Amino acid sequence: MPDKNNKSVTLSVRKLRKSFGPVEVLHGIDLTLRGGEVHAILGENGAGKSTLVKILSGFEQLSGGELHISDGSGSSERIDVWNNAIAEQAGVVLIHQEFNLAEQLTVAENIFLGNEIRGRVFLDKKTMRTKAQEYLDILRSDIDPDASVDQLPVSAKQMVEIAKAQAKQARVLVLDEPTAVLTQQESQVLFELIDRFRQEGVAIVFISHKLDEIEQIADVITVLRDGELVGSYPATELSKDDMARLMVGRELSSLFPQMPKVPNAAEVVLRVSDLLLQGNSTPSSFELRRGEILGFSGLVGSGRTALMETVLGLRRPAKGNVGNVELRGERVDFKQLSAARNKGVAYLTKDRKGSGLLLEKGLIFNFSLFSLHKISRFLIDTKLEEIAFEKAIGTFDIRMKDRSIAAGNLSGGNQQKLLLAKILEAEPSIIIIDEPTRGIDIGTKSQIYHFIAELVASGHSLILISSDITEVIGLSHRVAVMYHGEISGVLESDEIEEHEIMRYATGLKSKHSHNNEVEQSGTSNAKA
Amino acid sequence: MPKLDLKTAGPFIALVVVFIIGVLVNDAFLSSGNLSNILARSSFIGIVAIGATFVITAGGIDLSVGSMAAFISGCMILLMNALMDTIDSMVVIIILAIIASAGIGAVAGLINGLLTTKAKIEAFIVTLGTMGIYRSLVTYMADGGTLSLNFTIGDVYSEVYYGVFLGLPYPVWVFLGVAVIGYVLLNMTVFGRHCFAVGSNESVARYSAINVDRVKTATYMLQGVCVSIATIIYVPRLGSASGQTGILWELEAIAAVIIGGTVLKGGYGRIGGTVVGALILTLIGNILNLTDAVSNYLNGAVQGIIVIVAVYLQRGAWRRD
Repeated sequence: MPDKNNKSVTLSVRKLRKSFGPVEVLHGIDLTLRGGEVHAILGENGAGKSTLVKILSGFEQLSGGELHISDGSGSSERIDVWNNAIAEQAGVVLIHQEFNLAEQLTVAENIFLGNEIRGRVFLDKKTMRTKAQEYLDILRSDIDPDASVDQLPVSAKQMVEIAKAQAKQARVLVLDEPTAVLTQQESQVLFELIDRFRQEGVAIVFISHKLDEIEQIADVITVLRDGELVGSYPATELSKDDMARLMVGRELSSLFPQMPKVPNAAEVVLRVSDLLLQGNSTPSSFELRRGEILGFSGLVGSGRTALMETVLGLRRPAKGNVGNVELRGERVDFKQLSAARNKGVAYLTKDRKGSGLLLEKGLIFNFSLFSLHKISRFLIDTKLEEIAFEKAIGTFDIRMKDRSIAAGNLSGGNQQKLLLAKILEAEPSIIIIDEPTRGIDIGTKSQIYHFIAELVASGHSLILISSDITEVIGLSHRVAVMYHGEISGVLESDEIEEHEIMRYATGLKSKHSHNNEVEQSGTSNAKA
Repeated sequence: MPKLDLKTAGPFIALVVVFIIGVLVNDAFLSSGNLSNILARSSFIGIVAIGATFVITAGGIDLSVGSMAAFISGCMILLMNALMDTIDSMVVIIILAIIASAGIGAVAGLINGLLTTKAKIEAFIVTLGTMGIYRSLVTYMADGGTLSLNFTIGDVYSEVYYGVFLGLPYPVWVFLGVAVIGYVLLNMTVFGRHCFAVGSNESVARYSAINVDRVKTATYMLQGVCVSIATIIYVPRLGSASGQTGILWELEAIAAVIIGGTVLKGGYGRIGGTVVGALILTLIGNILNLTDAVSNYLNGAVQGIIVIVAVYLQRGAWRRD
């Protein structure tokens, strides 16, 4: 069928390198995307997947290497200038993890955004609306083309993104963790769509952390590790175990330090009972014991951060909340983060650049910002400040060219260590850490895991929110899993296993019906 | 060898240049009478600008200061005239008026602060609104004319503006005192650090356990108190208040802050620079008065050029970093 051949395209990169400033994050990647194939890209967080797809779709420039495109006729062309506009011209469409929709516009307007159909002078709204309806019909979606996008649920927004890709006549469709925000059923609908695109000769790039999904949908699997290409394999040749092994490239045990056990009689230091979050109908309860790491797993947007921020006073609970928070048996109601800090509770934000550090300010300024009360009466004692900073540089192995640089000029890993140092300088006894190793190289990751182990060994208690499931499994004594704003289960010892966590995270399983049992078992042995 | 830091040294170099121009233009410039006059005049804008330095460093803006000064002047005059009948001691009346002035300034700042933080309206809009309100109120209080201070009190109170200590007029000492306190507060205390942090990135400030709303509100209150202090030394100068009092003070204060190197979008502020900025603005007006080469009516134009050049140089300095 000549029609479909015309639509198919091959996009390949050779020896692709990418640097941000002095740091090279992709070290010579070879990759070939063919029309009619679903190409999964697999790798740990920070392996370079997102950077790679941003380059493929023209949002980032290549620092080195070549990019070739060939259409159905078979002739291959080396592309010298590659940017977003040229990529779109070639039919490469990226669907971001965070969607790229104009929230205030309608579905139809979004589908044709930047691609509008015009009459003689004005926009031809009628045709656009009809066409949008056609695209949505093809997707078997019942979304109203006149609905405002900000009113739509997440899965519908994704549908709009895909309809938009159709309107642009995508020939290479790049999906960056498309299922992270979808339920199991919604994911299945997406897979049917992907299958249809594949049959039409579209090249599909599929990024996911969920190995089941990759096994189900991929034709070719490319594995990245720490910015290096591990290899590209036909999907039929790899089992899920193979995928995990290639992705991690080492035994997991060496990455995670030995965690001390939690004594049976360890007191409950933080008890959250029936706390009702904004926009939720089911209250949340959990407890944290002294010396324990309580992992919080769940999909992006499942409410883990919202729950912790509500406990800490960074958000208000829902109206009519009757639940409460107890700190070492004493009831507390934090209205400000400073109140939590003064009671020895600290929070390490997941948004290092947006909420963690003042990127244009110096290192000392950032370091002491959370603990200034410790070193000042009326005036700040800058001598004490410097001594504490010097000590922290040593303890946390923060590496820098010189002391006077701005925090934004540190590498990501060193920024994260500085942020950790900043939080711990306030000497909290309960530490809530949110995505502590996101976008960080493997060496620093391991360092941070060891800091965490030392903290619990010295009697601190930790809550670890992480989307990196191996991290949660490797570090936590118990794992609470959240689904749609509520805690669907708290797993212990043998239950802590990737598939079981995913079942709770996707809503397939829930311990809600026997909540009491979970609470009672809170005093039993923790995982070794 | 430390490099010459344009960002830090720039305003001081500009001050020296303007000063030299003054010396070259007219012999009368260097007379002690003229110099102390320059210092005394710059103290009004200077004191207001020190308050503005806090507001701007914390990422806000206050356009209401000129109107607020006129309103507080009017209130002080009405209060003092009214107290004439009940209290005999002029000094007591003046002290009561000063206390009232500080209170009104603080409350006016509190209102600006609460409207920006609690009602979440942009500072530009809030203070544009209160600017109109205070200006209108003082015009109403004066019934469209001028409020005049009773001469008997005026005679006693005028000492505050015209009095001299160690060869310098009192307003200069007040300016110096406010500047030193402002410097210590901004650079050496937790509050100052918090101002920098809030202006730099509110979200980071919030996650660093800083009460962002309280810090911002405090900067507006501080601004209000600074306006009140400037008013306290300004009222005895003319002994009157009208709808024309304090016109364009807000722009001069903001100009002084910006010339001094404080960043308009917040996160970085310099009290020393602000003092220099206020001096430069007053010097320019003074020099134009002393020369025929440029018309005095072009004072605003020259000030405008200086502000634009100052910001241009600032940007250049940013880019090099």
